[in-house]
Amino acid sequence: MINQNVIIAEGLTKIFGNFVAVDHISFEVAKGEIFGFLGANGAGKTTAMRMLCGLSTPSSGKATVAGFDLFKDTEQIKKSIGYMSQKFSLYEDLTIRENIQFYGGIYGLSKKQIQEKTTYLVEQLHLQNYQNSLVKSLPLGWKQKLAFSVAIVHDPAIVFLDEPTGGVDPVTRREFWELIYDASERGITVFVTTHYMDEAEYCNRVSIMVDGRIEALDTPKNLKKTFNSLCMDEVFLKLARKAVRGE
Amino acid sequence: MKQFFAFVKKEFFHIWRDKRTLFILLGMPITQIIIFGFALTNEVKNSKMAILDFSKDAASSQLVQKMSVSKYFDATTVLTNYQEVLPVFKKGKIKMILVIPQHFANDLQHGNQAHIQLICDGSDPNVANTLSTYASAIIKDFQTAIVKEQKLPYRIETDIRMMYNPELKGAYSFVPGVMALILMLTSAMMTSIAIVKEKEMGTMEIILVSPLRPFGVVIAKAIPYMILSMVNVVTILLLSVYVLDVPIRGSLLLLLSEGLLFTITSLALGLLISSITDSQQVAMLISLMGLFLPTTVLSGYMFPIENMPLPLQVMSNLVPAKWFYSIVKTIMIKGLGLSYVWKETLILIGMTVFLFGLSIKKFKTRLS
Amino acid sequence: MVKSNSNNMSAVIVNNISKKYKVEKSQVTALNTVSFEVLKGELFGIVGPDGSGKTSLFRVLTTLLLADSGNASIEGFDIVKDYKIIRKKLGYMPGRFSLYHDLTVEENLSFFATIFNTSIAENYDLIKDIYQQIEPFKNRRAGKLSGGMKQKLALCCALIHKPSVLILDEPTTGVDAVSRKEFWEMLQRLKAQGITILVSTPYMDEASMCDRVALMQNGQILAIDKPDQINLQFSKPLWAVKAASMYNLLKTFKKWEAVESCYSFGEYYHVVMKSDLNGSDVIKSYLLQQQFLDIEVHQITANIEDSFMALMNKSHD
Repeated sequence: MINQNVIIAEGLTKIFGNFVAVDHISFEVAKGEIFGFLGANGAGKTTAMRMLCGLSTPSSGKATVAGFDLFKDTEQIKKSIGYMSQKFSLYEDLTIRENIQFYGGIYGLSKKQIQEKTTYLVEQLHLQNYQNSLVKSLPLGWKQKLAFSVAIVHDPAIVFLDEPTGGVDPVTRREFWELIYDASERGITVFVTTHYMDEAEYCNRVSIMVDGRIEALDTPKNLKKTFNSLCMDEVFLKLARKAVRGE
Repeated sequence: MKQFFAFVKKEFFHIWRDKRTLFILLGMPITQIIIFGFALTNEVKNSKMAILDFSKDAASSQLVQKMSVSKYFDATTVLTNYQEVLPVFKKGKIKMILVIPQHFANDLQHGNQAHIQLICDGSDPNVANTLSTYASAIIKDFQTAIVKEQKLPYRIETDIRMMYNPELKGAYSFVPGVMALILMLTSAMMTSIAIVKEKEMGTMEIILVSPLRPFGVVIAKAIPYMILSMVNVVTILLLSVYVLDVPIRGSLLLLLSEGLLFTITSLALGLLISSITDSQQVAMLISLMGLFLPTTVLSGYMFPIENMPLPLQVMSNLVPAKWFYSIVKTIMIKGLGLSYVWKETLILIGMTVFLFGLSIKKFKTRLS
Repeated sequence: MVKSNSNNMSAVIVNNISKKYKVEKSQVTALNTVSFEVLKGELFGIVGPDGSGKTSLFRVLTTLLLADSGNASIEGFDIVKDYKIIRKKLGYMPGRFSLYHDLTVEENLSFFATIFNTSIAENYDLIKDIYQQIEPFKNRRAGKLSGGMKQKLALCCALIHKPSVLILDEPTTGVDAVSRKEFWEMLQRLKAQGITILVSTPYMDEASMCDRVALMQNGQILAIDKPDQINLQFSKPLWAVKAASMYNLLKTFKKWEAVESCYSFGEYYHVVMKSDLNGSDVIKSYLLQQQFLDIEVHQITANIEDSFMALMNKSHD
């Protein structure tokens, strides 16, 4: 079973000056799991995610991502993960095709693979009529779906999603989650943050960060039972209201 | 009025808190003056020169001697034949070679005619020109001395005097130039960026929705940069008088007023740029390409306008810096008064009124 | 919809406003004949996803954009002719954080107070509740504040001149659930002071906090009503379904021709059947037949998000 865990964090900590942004967090994420990473603004989510992506060196603790050590093999880690955020992911002034080809290129896919992937993705997202349009002309929801597909174009072990569905309409939001399910079925681990509490229910397991620590980590069902709540919204509010530090 | 001052105060906060930009703004005139004053100068001193003397007689060594003593040349390298000429130039240190043919003294005394060849490194034409002029002058001097001894009956001696700048100092022309350039940059570029920044940050939306009038916003944005620019004018003048020995011969008050006028012209240009752009990048590019380039190239301080092709000469009239440059030169270097610069001053005032009017008209009270 | 006799009751009247943009070479319709009224003292929500036209609508109402056609008035003043008067009466909080990052909390607030010809002291009552929460940080630069605090400061700045109508463009976007809840509580208190509030949000669940909402999509208003009234328009029975293997369940429903629509909702799938005759028994037995375990099916009433999706599909057809 140990080999099945693609993320293993033990006492991961990040300190800025005398501010403990992330305070000894420990958790494991299994292969193919959809892992919800919740927390109020400023709880330390982004910092934790940056560490796991190899963008920021932890102050202390241990962790492996996709089997690689977070301190020594950050370059290897970067090759085995995909990343997508709400703010930046695609080049607005490139076309859909060009974006897919570009990302395929930087992840070192062969020309033939890029060709195949481009055709496959354009078809899967029903973008045949738009493949040569600039990304900026697409509605936000389509952009986000495309951005997700591009983030996993190289079949990474893990994909990190930072609030991927903010502002997206409810129908497209669900289509987005179907892409997530599909990726998870193919064995890609999905590590996702969101402000939509109904989306927390779609995750296999959810962790809730408060003041830099993981206050709760379980399946949505068990969390609701533990915190005696009807929905995840309530669980979240109960936990996040305990926060002392001003975001 | 209270609203207006609140806005000006806020602008000062922005400038004051962005220490790096403030430092650059205030440091720019100092570095520019120092760079132009000491590093980039047209004057040539102790230029390395090689001698190829086939004659080796009294007259030739006298000439070589004269060259060496002058402060312009350093005649240390001695060549023996023409084959060495090219390799010496290739090395790059030597900029000129003085070739004295055989029987130099003899030709001079008996034939009344002698030849001398000056070979210059033409890859830098400006330097080559200056060097050959200096060398020619020294040779002429040498000749005059000989002629004097021979006591010929007729002789014309040319006595050249450089008015206003007897020592032909480069600083006399670049101080007004740098002044125009810096005022243009701080006033126009910085105001345009400051306004566009509000658009980018989204604060413009709230400002527009407020009862503040567009005219007030525009003026309030400009005032801090006007003050900053005047500080720069004073810095430049102090540096030029006390460090570069460039005198202020005319009225200081007139000079400062003209500086203020040109600052306002530049501010108006900056405002115009900001009203037609939406991003700081574009504002910066337009300022650089549209202001910096014409100011350096077409104002007359780097390249003489009289030597330009006609279309460029005509275009240069549209460059405010050209008029300012001429005003500053007239007041500062020639020491003349308003009666000599009223035309240029009027042109600048006209430009300012036009630009201000246009930018206020263009300033949108809505988003698009 | 706009009745002339309703003028003295309505704070905002919007009548057939349309606005098109040029993007690249094609025209995009941002607003398509939008009409609605907001009563005095009402908390009115515009609910719609990104790109539905909320921001354009607010920019037209705040006199920042000119509409292509149609007209609107705020407190009886025309948004085009009387824009100068309207700008004095409005409080506006744009979508992006629009304060000066390099000024402190207090400097920002006093700056906005002064340009609106007032002072912090004059209208302190109105903002007291909100400002007290950020007052401990009043000497901190606005750029260094957290999301929730920035939002509170922006609200204070929008309120400082005691506007009679407050327009807030997506104030809760990107803000966590706790701060969002607090923010809506603040709006309720402002409403109690008689301020008319127009607020937009992409979060469907926030609709229930408003007196009335307009659901917006593609520049059009899909429905306007009280939140619970909108849900009553959802005519077909709605089923919440759950089973052991959720993703397979979704695939199964998508293939089953008796299903009209099926989408995830929290831990359940919300399912609408083509025929009202197909009740929970039919669904259960079909799923049993497909070898699903732990099947749970029960009928539920639609919420705003269900209604929105139903209306969205209708407008597509």
